[in-house]
Amino acid sequence: MTMVEQNTPERNTSEPNILVFLPVLPSGELLGSAAELLGAASALGTPVGVILAPAGKGHAAAEAAGQCGAARVFTAEHKVTGSLLTTPYLEVVAAAWEATGPEAVLVPNDVDGRDIAALLSVRTGSAIASDVVGVHRDEEGVVAHHSVYGSGYTTESAPTHGTLIITLREGAVDDRAPAAEPVVETLELNGAGLDEPPGTAASITEFTESVEASTRPDLRGAKTVVSGGRGLGSKEGFELAGQLADELGAGLGASRAAVDAGYAAHSLQVGQTGVTVTPDLYIALGISGAVQHQAGMQTAKTIVAVNKDPEAPIFDIADFGIVGDAFEVVPQLIETLRAKGQ
Amino acid sequence: MKIVVLVKEVPDSYGERKLNLTTGLAEREASEKVLDEITGRAVEVAVSYAESAQEAEVALLAVGPASAEATLRKTLAMGGDSAHHVVDEGLAGADLTLTAEVIAAALERIGFDLVIAGDVSSDGTGGLIPTMVAQRLGTAHATSLDAVEITDSAVAGERAAYGGTVRVQAPLPAVVSVTERLPDPRFPGFKGIMSAKKKPLETYTLADLGVEAEADVPRSIMLSVSETPARMSGEKITDDGDAGTRLAEYLIQRRLV
Ligand SMILES: Cc1cc2nc3c(=O)[nH]c(=O)nc-3n(C[C@H](O)[C@H](O)[C@H](O)COP(=O)(O)OP(=O)(O)OC[C@H]3O[C@@H](n4cnc5c(N)ncnc54)[C@H](O)[C@@H]3O)c2cc1C
Ligand SMILES: Nc1ncnc2c1ncn2[C@@H]1O[C@H](COP(=O)(O)O)[C@@H](O)[C@H]1O
Repeated sequence: MTMVEQNTPERNTSEPNILVFLPVLPSGELLGSAAELLGAASALGTPVGVILAPAGKGHAAAEAAGQCGAARVFTAEHKVTGSLLTTPYLEVVAAAWEATGPEAVLVPNDVDGRDIAALLSVRTGSAIASDVVGVHRDEEGVVAHHSVYGSGYTTESAPTHGTLIITLREGAVDDRAPAAEPVVETLELNGAGLDEPPGTAASITEFTESVEASTRPDLRGAKTVVSGGRGLGSKEGFELAGQLADELGAGLGASRAAVDAGYAAHSLQVGQTGVTVTPDLYIALGISGAVQHQAGMQTAKTIVAVNKDPEAPIFDIADFGIVGDAFEVVPQLIETLRAKGQ
Repeated sequence: MKIVVLVKEVPDSYGERKLNLTTGLAEREASEKVLDEITGRAVEVAVSYAESAQEAEVALLAVGPASAEATLRKTLAMGGDSAHHVVDEGLAGADLTLTAEVIAAALERIGFDLVIAGDVSSDGTGGLIPTMVAQRLGTAHATSLDAVEITDSAVAGERAAYGGTVRVQAPLPAVVSVTERLPDPRFPGFKGIMSAKKKPLETYTLADLGVEAEADVPRSIMLSVSETPARMSGEKITDDGDAGTRLAEYLIQRRLV
């Protein structure tokens, strides 16, 4: 790994560097989580973005990171197929670590982010805080907040010493950093061992881009989420939730039972083993509200539930509960909203 | 082929789960202890491969308190051949770095061609241990697989990637973890339960593995723990034919639409 374009202007060295791994899509676009990752970092120190982009897309991604508050960005370019799993990401983050001596490293708590955090922790001998929902600084350094046992408890953790590696739960942090003109530094991934499977790493043999099927807002960041459960009865019935979501400009979610029954895609699952959402408004249709489902949505500001069963546990946490048939309540709701011009 | 499944015991997420507000540790007595749900799927992958393979042996490894032995026995009943249990006072409140070190040390002792774990446990929600273990062992990691194929010399599968899915392949020895999208674990039959009683179960202390819990290396420590106030329920109405309208009014009044 070499640094090609090292321009080092005046930098505020008193503030600690906080490295932030920013994933990009094949289009070169930054993932939606960039703003909150950089927002969380800015509460701790100087946000330094790290980007591995497809060929020719690094610079634009770095600019976009600046818009989200990155003061400095390290970029490298590399292909997905034919490379080693996680290794290219790890090498870029490690090079940025070398160059900045960060006090903390933030990665998204997703499949790749977790692998990066795990490898980096072992390689550098650093402590990890996982599934973090907030951060702050005290006199001793960085403190991570966790929400444990499906939001039942809140805990705070800190490293005994050294850099803290943090996997940040998506949608949990509201802080945003002001836009910045980032200093961009390009890293060259020299291929050393990156393309040839060394026998101790997995390689990526194929990449299938997901076809963007939905024009709806992303579930994780949406202000309003409408979710459907097994109570909607069929794939056709589940469209009721989709209709309401479209009417409200909301993200669409589902319970695990609805996903298992094939009503909805797995990526829509809300809950312990799915996505955690914190919208202003969460509407649950035909969802009983099992604890594993509640784990993913009970921090919503307002919860509305429609369920036929007055005993359904979802009513224990609903701000507005309707004991009734979703197929009667929802069409009337849509009609009334339209009539009132909402 | 020797497969080791990493077996984690967790408090049942269907029941009440409690943290001690002074120590921050799980109150083990507060809830029923069960095999972590996704870990069960990892066991199923191993056992069903062993059934179809020429020569395959499935060992189970758990790091946890004495109670984990019961979970290991139940898991043996699903079809494992032997169980290994690291149990030591020094493990109370172990952070991820210590847990990974202990699991890696135990794996080196037991020996393996393939390690299978769940991707994210229901209590820790860390999803980091399998990759940390692989890195410590210097083997390949292929985690969060939504589909797995095992051969004599390699393991392959599919997993999520930014903007799509990837197919990955790793030479053995390797560490893989699987997601909840894999098939449900089997229920142990009567025969399985009876034979599990006679299967070997070995225990280890930290000293046996040469791991020092108190080593002066960076660890994550808990600073505070508090109970989140329970969420209160609000208005609840029964639909008399106008609930849709009333919901619309509620949402408009609160500027939620
Ligand atoms: C380790 C683990 C992890 C899990 N992770 C998750 C997770 O991430 N997310 C998740 O959702 N679940 C998860 N589950 C599953 C969870 O326990 C429940 O089984 C699931 O949430 C139930 O989904 P549901 O509410 O749609 O179905 P059900 O529990 O079957 O409820 C359907 C509801 O619909 C109501 N209904 C029926 N018809 C109508 C109608 N016409 N109008 C209105 N209401 C109607 C019924 O009264 C009922 O309450 C997990 C389980 C385990 C063990
Ligand atoms: N204490 C443990 N003993 C055995 N396996 C574990 C332990 N902790 C984690 N694992 C394995 O690692 C997976 C992911 O767990 P976690 O990193 O805690 O989310 C689990 O599904 C287990 O397979």
